[in-house]
Amino acid sequence: MKRVLRGALIPALVFLLWEAGSRADLLPMDTLSRPSDIAVALAGGFVDGSILLATWQTVQAALSGFAIAAAAGILVGAILGLSPPIERTVGPSIEALRPIPAVALTPLTLLLFGFGLRMEAGVVAFACVWPILLVTVAAVRGIEPRLLEVAQILRLGFAARLRKIILPAALGRIVVGLRVALSISLIVAVTVEILMNPRGLGYGMIIASQSLKPDLMYAQLLWLGFLGWGLNAALTRAFGSWHGAFGPGVRP
Amino acid sequence: MRRLARLSGPALFAAALLLLWQVLADRQFISQAFFPSPSRTLVELYRQIVEGDLWAPLEATAYRMFCGWALASLAGVVLGAAIGFSRTARDTLEPLLEFMRPLPASAVIPVAILFLGFSNAMTIAVIAFGAVWPVLLGSLHGFVSIEPQLADVAAALRLPRLQSFVKIAVPNALPDILAGARVSLAIALILAVVTEMQASQTGLGQNILLAQRSFRSPELYAGLVTLGVVGFAINQAIVLVERRLLRWRGTPA
Repeated sequence: MKRVLRGALIPALVFLLWEAGSRADLLPMDTLSRPSDIAVALAGGFVDGSILLATWQTVQAALSGFAIAAAAGILVGAILGLSPPIERTVGPSIEALRPIPAVALTPLTLLLFGFGLRMEAGVVAFACVWPILLVTVAAVRGIEPRLLEVAQILRLGFAARLRKIILPAALGRIVVGLRVALSISLIVAVTVEILMNPRGLGYGMIIASQSLKPDLMYAQLLWLGFLGWGLNAALTRAFGSWHGAFGPGVRP
Repeated sequence: MRRLARLSGPALFAAALLLLWQVLADRQFISQAFFPSPSRTLVELYRQIVEGDLWAPLEATAYRMFCGWALASLAGVVLGAAIGFSRTARDTLEPLLEFMRPLPASAVIPVAILFLGFSNAMTIAVIAFGAVWPVLLGSLHGFVSIEPQLADVAAALRLPRLQSFVKIAVPNALPDILAGARVSLAIALILAVVTEMQASQTGLGQNILLAQRSFRSPELYAGLVTLGVVGFAINQAIVLVERRLLRWRGTPA
């Protein structure tokens, strides 16, 4: 109980000072707005559905890109993990692509797809594919060799081997990569929207900022924070015990 | 000889891919407007290097990236140490940080623009905000996970607090801090690109954006290649630093 109170101390103080300062005209309203206005803007966004629509657009792009990355990453990762010669040959070419920041591809995807869902999902997929690919290669390589021998004896084709042996055996570790990729997907989707794609929460924030509606901007920022926090909490609950923000084993 | 054979496979594969691309582009099977042939990209890159067009944006991006990264590292280490050593600091700060951490760093760009305008300070602030987390988590983990035996040694030697901090806590935390700093540097590069695209500041990111707007695709690809090389180089550089600073650990873990 005491810990909860302490944790709420700083945010509560900030909000109080913020509200009081703006009521007393000590703070510039055009950049800082005030907490009560932000709450009103947030509620308004929910009532007229604009925030929900933007959220759906962002989530849709994030999930589409994530799905593409998961399919491609697991497939290619399984191939590379099963065959060291192929991995040795193709690996360096893949490594050469990896350091390119995904968001730098935004102009290229714009050129290819134009504005909209496809360009955003493309950038998200490029960003998400690396953790999935790397983890899959490692996971598949770590599969008990006897399982693969069984597959060989049963003369399973590649598809059957992937579905019946490799995926079940490696899934536990692949999920770790998927988890990382899922949190990346939301971040990249918002970034692409802030940069140029006219849809979703990121674009909503930029527009609110440029049309000098800071209350609406902070409302969306707050909502985005809740989304990210909720996604993180849900993922941790689904895939591992909750350790707080700082990971396992950190409790002084 | 075997080593040569092992190296030639990957090189041949990469060369074959590029050659295929070159042929397809030359024969107009794929549109040069979207996928210019590798030779045109290389010629553009060569032109930029020779005529010196590359250096100013490269320098601007690198400057922004390092400033933001340095700020993030400093704040991350200090905050990590504070939270690691003080229960009060941890209880007070954790909920706030837990809320802020999953926030996309790019989402603070509109806020930063309101306060700082389209300036270098704005880009550096955004970079620092986004890049602080890995260092913070690394330093926290490093400062908290001191082996009990080491702490006992410090107690037995009756080291004053400051000395035990410098001689035991810092060396113990250093590997984790450096690992975090490496991740942070990669994030800093990404955010440098994002912010300069958004805020129209000179830099590699803006170059790519301008190339796209005027449909100069070889320039766009040249920019991507440059960014890839920069990303690779800074990662290698920090690996080298890590090896030097952590020589006392013997074989790297």
